[in-house]
Amino acid sequence: MNSQGVGILVVDDEFSVRDSLYNWFRNEGYRTDTAESGAEALKKLQDSLWDIVLLDIKMPGMDGMELQKHIKKIDNTIIVIIITAYATVDTAVEAMKEGAFDYLSKPIDPDKLSILIRNAVNQRRLIAENIQLRQKVEELTLQDEIVGESPQIKKILEMIDTVAKTDATVLIRGESGTGKELVAQAIHGKSNRRYFPIISINCGAFPEGLLESELFGHEKGAFTGAQYKRKGKLEMANGGTIFFDEIGNITVKMQMDLLRVIETKQFTPLGSNKVVNVDFRIIAATNSDLEQKVAEKDFREDLYYRLNVFSIQIPPLRERPVDIPPIAHYFLEKYARSMNKDVTDISPEAMKMLVQYNWPGNTRELRNTIERALVVVGKKNKIEIDDLNLLFHSKANPPGDSLEEIEKAHVKRILEQSDWNISRSAETLKIDRVTLYNKIKKYGLQR
Amino acid sequence: MSYIDIIPVGEVGEPVLSFLKKGIFETFKIQTRIRNRPFDLSLTYDPARDQYNSNGLLLELINAPPPETLKILGVTELDLFIPIFTFLFGEAQLNGRGALVSTHRLHNQFYGIPEEKELLESRLLKESIHELGHTFGLIHCFTLKCVMKSSTYVEEIDQKSVRFCRSCEQEVLHWRNGLKEYGVME
Repeated sequence: MNSQGVGILVVDDEFSVRDSLYNWFRNEGYRTDTAESGAEALKKLQDSLWDIVLLDIKMPGMDGMELQKHIKKIDNTIIVIIITAYATVDTAVEAMKEGAFDYLSKPIDPDKLSILIRNAVNQRRLIAENIQLRQKVEELTLQDEIVGESPQIKKILEMIDTVAKTDATVLIRGESGTGKELVAQAIHGKSNRRYFPIISINCGAFPEGLLESELFGHEKGAFTGAQYKRKGKLEMANGGTIFFDEIGNITVKMQMDLLRVIETKQFTPLGSNKVVNVDFRIIAATNSDLEQKVAEKDFREDLYYRLNVFSIQIPPLRERPVDIPPIAHYFLEKYARSMNKDVTDISPEAMKMLVQYNWPGNTRELRNTIERALVVVGKKNKIEIDDLNLLFHSKANPPGDSLEEIEKAHVKRILEQSDWNISRSAETLKIDRVTLYNKIKKYGLQR
Repeated sequence: MSYIDIIPVGEVGEPVLSFLKKGIFETFKIQTRIRNRPFDLSLTYDPARDQYNSNGLLLELINAPPPETLKILGVTELDLFIPIFTFLFGEAQLNGRGALVSTHRLHNQFYGIPEEKELLESRLLKESIHELGHTFGLIHCFTLKCVMKSSTYVEEIDQKSVRFCRSCEQEVLHWRNGLKEYGVME
């Protein structure tokens, strides 16, 4: 432990006490000052920062108890230590109830003072560290990686803010690569559970038996190969959030087990006879058509309704081309910094190609494209078309520059994506069905 | 020539003072001498505590020193206190002239165990160097073995060594070089 930088203010009306403690603390290497009254102490507390205040209870004018209340108003993390004569120990105890760290009886045993100050410094450091860590967690958890200017993204951000404050189960839907996990992290990061972990589990990545052990944990010897006791992800998520990715891929048996856990917030690890109680929020994500699966009895209806309390649909990137330039710039800045490259821009031609591209892999593909472009960009400070590597597999088919040509190509693509489902296409295009029919007619579009 | 003066406060045996003189010279490389002078101890005695006020003794100790005196170390057998503390092993003025050490609580006998002359001498030398270190501007050090490490128990004095750590040593060296530069020391 180092005393460097720690400030101690001694407040006592007796000169000898102030002088002795001042010398003692200075020898210990602490930044020290004294005050002979409550008023002088308050002035010094307002003029500079102090970590510890040693305070005599009995002083003329403002007494120690009153001064302590003022100190706590100025900065409630300041450690207050009460100095008292034997006769006023009761008052010291009262002061501790009001938030004093400890008290010392006069005359002070140097051993006790040493230990007490050491503990107080540690306590002060722990408080400061705790505040710093909390700020760091907030910065990390609120790291806003959801980039976009489209109305759809703005709406999603609003939905995240709304649902984060509740404990409701959220079902995030969207194609692969649209950033479902990012949305889950944003919800967790803005929720009251943010100081606890968010545990992700990719349900599609485990065979049934393994998923069970991954979720519920197991006792030593629960099955062949279970050499050690292991905590399951449900237990690890206690207090926080559990994120089930690819929820549409779990087996019917697992769906039943999961439903029971969601309903009771209780489970039994494999090979154990002890019930574990847990408290977590559930966020699930899928890119499969759960309604279809329910209709085909591949997904339990009761589980579907349990999960689908609040649904967030992330539209694919191709449906919001306006988001492509800000996302591309976001990744450019991020990867240029991490690769230590002085690449600051994307050429207009390259950007045009990015906007026109179909992005079947959505934001994830855009991220990989920019990251790769930064690797091959060489010494240029701008990403050009040649750096994008989109040509050989590009579905981009530049329709031309006029608004009509772009609209025709876009309407055609949306219709094809929905297999010419007029209602769904009109919804995606945010126009009514009649307008869509008119556009089909106007551009001579055919199935 | 400048000196570190060792002054007995009350009755202190000659062998102890000579031992200190040698040890302090070896540590600080500054000429050290034993200087006797009278004290009125009654002024600093507190009958209620049966102890002597260290602040008062220290002020008396540094009063009107000879011009060649650089630092003063008072050595006493008396039990020292300052009003706020129950006891002191010693006291010094940070960056000042005077320091005071007491052997009273350095004796094994004080804790009810058999006396050990060498242990007592070792403790006294460590505390003397420690208090004089403060007069050279050194504050308490966190290096486990450094003589400038703070000690509130005798066991803590026994744990540290009689030497400065490298960093504290550098500060003392810096001080000595400054004294040479200004012709205060040869």
